[in-house]
Amino acid sequence: MALKFPIYMDNAATTRTDPRAVEAMLPYFTEKFGNSASRNHVFGWDAEDGIEIAREHAASLIGASSKEIIWTSGSTESNNLAIKGTARMYAKSPEGTKNRGHIITCVIEHKAVLDPCKRLEREGFDVTWITPPPDGVVTRQMIAEAIRPDTILVSIMWVNNEIGTINEIPEIGKLCHEKGVIFHTDATQWVGKMPTDVERDCIDLMSWSSHKMYGPKGVGALFVRRRSPRVRLEAILDGGGHERGMRSGTLNVPGIVGFGKACELCCESMDADRERLFGLKQKLERELTSRLEVAQVNGHADRRVPHIANISFGYVEGESLLMGIKEIACSSGSACTSASLEPSYVLKNLGIGDELAHSSLRLSIGRWTTEAEIDYAIQAIEKSVNHLRTLSPLWDLFKEGIDVSKIEWQSH
Amino acid sequence: MAYSEKVIDHYQNPRNVGSFGTSKDVADRKDIGVGIVGAPECGDVMQLQLRINDEGVIEDAKFKCFGCGSAIASSSLATEWIKGKSVDEALTIRNTQIVEELSLPPVKIHCSVLAEDSIRSAIADFQKKNGIVPANAVGAAAAH
Repeated sequence: MALKFPIYMDNAATTRTDPRAVEAMLPYFTEKFGNSASRNHVFGWDAEDGIEIAREHAASLIGASSKEIIWTSGSTESNNLAIKGTARMYAKSPEGTKNRGHIITCVIEHKAVLDPCKRLEREGFDVTWITPPPDGVVTRQMIAEAIRPDTILVSIMWVNNEIGTINEIPEIGKLCHEKGVIFHTDATQWVGKMPTDVERDCIDLMSWSSHKMYGPKGVGALFVRRRSPRVRLEAILDGGGHERGMRSGTLNVPGIVGFGKACELCCESMDADRERLFGLKQKLERELTSRLEVAQVNGHADRRVPHIANISFGYVEGESLLMGIKEIACSSGSACTSASLEPSYVLKNLGIGDELAHSSLRLSIGRWTTEAEIDYAIQAIEKSVNHLRTLSPLWDLFKEGIDVSKIEWQSH
Repeated sequence: MAYSEKVIDHYQNPRNVGSFGTSKDVADRKDIGVGIVGAPECGDVMQLQLRINDEGVIEDAKFKCFGCGSAIASSSLATEWIKGKSVDEALTIRNTQIVEELSLPPVKIHCSVLAEDSIRSAIADFQKKNGIVPANAVGAAAAH
């Protein structure tokens, strides 16, 4: 099959909406356009039917009951609602006081978890920030050591979005249930790709997003456990009391219908997709690390999802590499891809070194990635890395046997 | 963010890539000035080597760069501009001229600063090796 350019390998950023999800959405724009909260006419009933069918699909994807699904605008909102909503509901003392309760999270979470936790710190809550080891995996043991009598919430992502490492979520969930602590997980890179069962895995609150699993953008969900324990949240948005009072606001009916369809499709094809993507990712990593010197896969060797590969190519700067492989849409942990001069805080916090963080490439594949595209990516990256190394003064130093990290650089 | 055509051109066909020898080779050569600026943890390192004759004219310039496309383009452009110039003329090159020539956006201005620094640093190295006291010793620190 002929390659079509540019090649999309940034599925951890967002995925293409599955055309079948788009098709399911279309009637809800122009025919069944009612407000799902309108109780008195068929337009409202049709919209509500669409919403409730979607809720069933979302619930069955994660082993929940449909009453436990709260629609949101995406993972950022779900994370905010879960973290701030829990802390404020279960606070041990009123606003304006100190020691209002203890929260545990980790430094390589997404900003949508870090920033709500920082806000809660300013509001009088105590936060423990766990730094995982260089393999990136947060374990039950790390949480066990941090739990205190006043801990009210643990928030640990299921999969890290930059390096694809899988944390010990079921184990942490069990620990939290034993200790009577509420457990939230940002499962944005997990749900829809990997089998999920919130009962078995002891999860109380779980965020995920439609557009990371082949649904439309602007829709997400928060799983809120209703039994043992029943989790209560203080709403962030006040208004019409939609979604059991936890999230007011007219529902994005077409978006939710598309999200529901995407959940249904993931249920059907998850096993096959996972096997296929795992094979492609293995090939990508194996070929690049064997063809190129000083190329390392970041994160734990085995505990990683099949769709994210994060590889550092020593002595080559990430943005210049992206420029050299402009036919491949992917991302880098290099500072130059952001407005700041700081490289990826995830790689930095794992202690792999700023230099390797600047040299990293994240390739994330998805439902429509083909083997021919993987083959193209391998040869394009190999060629570009070799070209950039002919330009790199650091490569020369490395080849002369000089340890670049031992040089005293004149920082600016 | 789209790159300007000139940045892409320098990235794809960098001018004067290379060196006159390893760091050890050139350490004692009085006709060569070496400037290495930046740091790997900041995401950019530029190395500029200049071959300067007895009349103080830059006969040849070679660069190597670890950095983004704009950093590569800035250092490549710098070598083009300084070849054939006298040391004094080379010292008049300002980062703002590089910004203008390559149409660098604000987040990439530091790349041009680094290129200017590398010229100053290489010339200072040459002058130090030859016991020359620079006429404008004060000006060098003003780049930032």
